[in-house]
Amino acid sequence: MSADNLEQKYKPVHTNKTGGSPFTGITGWIDNRLPVIRMFKHEYLDFQVPKSLSYFWSFGGILTICLILLIITGLSLGMHYKPDTKYAFDSVEKIMRDVNFGWLIRYAHVNLTSFFFIAVYLHIFRSLYYGSYKEPRQLMWLIGIVIFFLMMATAFLGYTLPWGQMSFWGATVITNLFSAIPFFGESVVTWLWGDYSVGDAALNRFYVLHWLIAFLIVGVVVFHVIALHIVGSNNPSGIEPKDTRDTVSFSPFTTSKDLVGMLVFLLIFVAVMMYAPNYLGHPDNYIPANPLVTPPHIVPEWYFLPFYAILRVIPDKLMGVIAMVGSIAVLGLLPWLDFSRVRSCVFRPIWKQCVFLFVLNFFVLMYIGAAPADGIYVVIGRIATAFYFAFFFILAPLVAATEKPLPMPESIHEFENWKKQGKIKTINIFSK
Amino acid sequence: MNENKNKDKSTRRDFLTTVTATVGAVGVGAAVFPIINHMNPDSSVKALASIEVDISGVNEGQEITVLWRGKPVFIKRRTKEDILKAKETKMADLKDPQEDKARVIKEEWLVVIGVCTHLGCVPAGGQGDYSGWFCPCHGSHYDTSGRIRKGPAPTNLEVPKYEFVGSDKIKIG
Ligand code: HEM
Ligand code: FES
Repeated sequence: MSADNLEQKYKPVHTNKTGGSPFTGITGWIDNRLPVIRMFKHEYLDFQVPKSLSYFWSFGGILTICLILLIITGLSLGMHYKPDTKYAFDSVEKIMRDVNFGWLIRYAHVNLTSFFFIAVYLHIFRSLYYGSYKEPRQLMWLIGIVIFFLMMATAFLGYTLPWGQMSFWGATVITNLFSAIPFFGESVVTWLWGDYSVGDAALNRFYVLHWLIAFLIVGVVVFHVIALHIVGSNNPSGIEPKDTRDTVSFSPFTTSKDLVGMLVFLLIFVAVMMYAPNYLGHPDNYIPANPLVTPPHIVPEWYFLPFYAILRVIPDKLMGVIAMVGSIAVLGLLPWLDFSRVRSCVFRPIWKQCVFLFVLNFFVLMYIGAAPADGIYVVIGRIATAFYFAFFFILAPLVAATEKPLPMPESIHEFENWKKQGKIKTINIFSK
Repeated sequence: MNENKNKDKSTRRDFLTTVTATVGAVGVGAAVFPIINHMNPDSSVKALASIEVDISGVNEGQEITVLWRGKPVFIKRRTKEDILKAKETKMADLKDPQEDKARVIKEEWLVVIGVCTHLGCVPAGGQGDYSGWFCPCHGSHYDTSGRIRKGPAPTNLEVPKYEFVGSDKIKIG
């Protein structure tokens, strides 16, 4: 064997050794060993995004800010809160009355949760309306649904912590959902409680899980954003950018626009927190938990109402639970149920109406979730529940198969021209 | 290397792989079980398993509620009318068919766990379409024997294990 052949036989070793940083000095030294700096520049400064993005695209950033603020205020609360059924309620009252700025920190945490959900619902609506769940962004959509589930879990667990009447009975009703599991239901619930009812053992573990899941959300959000930077942002036209006439750099264009969005959102949040801090909550939660008396009218927080309505209007326990969980999980099937190649509702006259009806129906369900569970409310609730599922299983494939899309421009910059000429209509409130 | 002389061509490495996998699996199992099981009710919770209740002061038609294992228990001294209603109900009308006599030790006393079998709220006494209990949470109606008659709850109010000790005491659990 000649020396030549030997060299061909052994392939060179590839390591991740970097180097060649565009930066110099300390930045370059670090970047050559841990290339986060060039990654940041690549992903957040030079990154190209479609130039037609509206303020609807600011909600991702707004959600991130909410999450960070929730964690900061949560850490502060955690330094004063006691997860023990004997002290929990009083420790929250102490936060409100004695701890320096405790009232502000707690009202911020509570109202941020509501605003977190407002932002996430608008974020989801944006994805529905502009077809962001379609190829190639299906995985982003699925990761988003996971985040939504985790958010609901965290918010539910957090709500149990002050140990008021709504905390206690909410915890009882929601943990009892697991008793609908055939055969193992009872043992699962006892295991979750660590007791034969919701009590001290449950409160302690709910506190731990409330923290844990909040941090898990951060982890999943990281995946959500990594996936975003692989497939890129969708935009109101639903057309992929082709050349630099269609895009702008993330900084300073998108960052400055997002900052405006965040500030306006936070201003509204501060106004609500300062002038109506308990408006979105339920007064019964200022009554200490009493395991002997269920309040005559128990309702979850507003952001759970549509799903709670679906649970309540179904007369069978197991089916009710399946429908409620299913109503969120079914979102995950949408990228395949709606197989239309056109993304944006701007060019889908029929699907656009369906999406608006779906939103209206969501508000109907929200209303029903807070109404008494009898008479006409149950009838309306059942119709709304039927429509909710029909939207996914019937309307989505049917419209995808039959709808004739409107004529579409070739590119994003042409789309912008059409918009200026008034040839197409977009949603006005968040555009520009 | 030597010729492999084993009949089934198994090697020393196969043996080591199997042993390692088995020990690993047992180890994981032994570690996971306590991590799951510690969440079940602990010994001090289980130790509080039974209570005694004095029922001498309860008049006909009255109901008292006591706390047992963190759950309310209804002890109701039923009226003649209540008993009659409960006994005359046809099995075909029940969602979870059970004779009244299978649910009581002494006809006059009905002892049930006061937890709605739907999602765990406490039903209110003397209310609802069947003059037993009514659960406000999602609208379940129970009759004078604590049986489910209408609404989303799947089963009757549970009868705990109890016995009469003497003439005016009940031991629950
Ligand atoms: C995804 C993020 C989070 C959400 C959606 C959330 C939600 C909530 C909710 C709804 C409450 C009940 C508020 C009330 O009525 O008092 C609460 C309470 C609480 N949370 Fe969070 N939280 C989050 C993150 C965190 C984090 C990261 C921590 C700690 C590191 C934390 C610590 C607490 C504490 C100690 C309480 C009890 C005090 C109180 O009730 O005011 N939270 N949370
Ligand atoms: S908990 Fe009683 S009806 Fe749902």
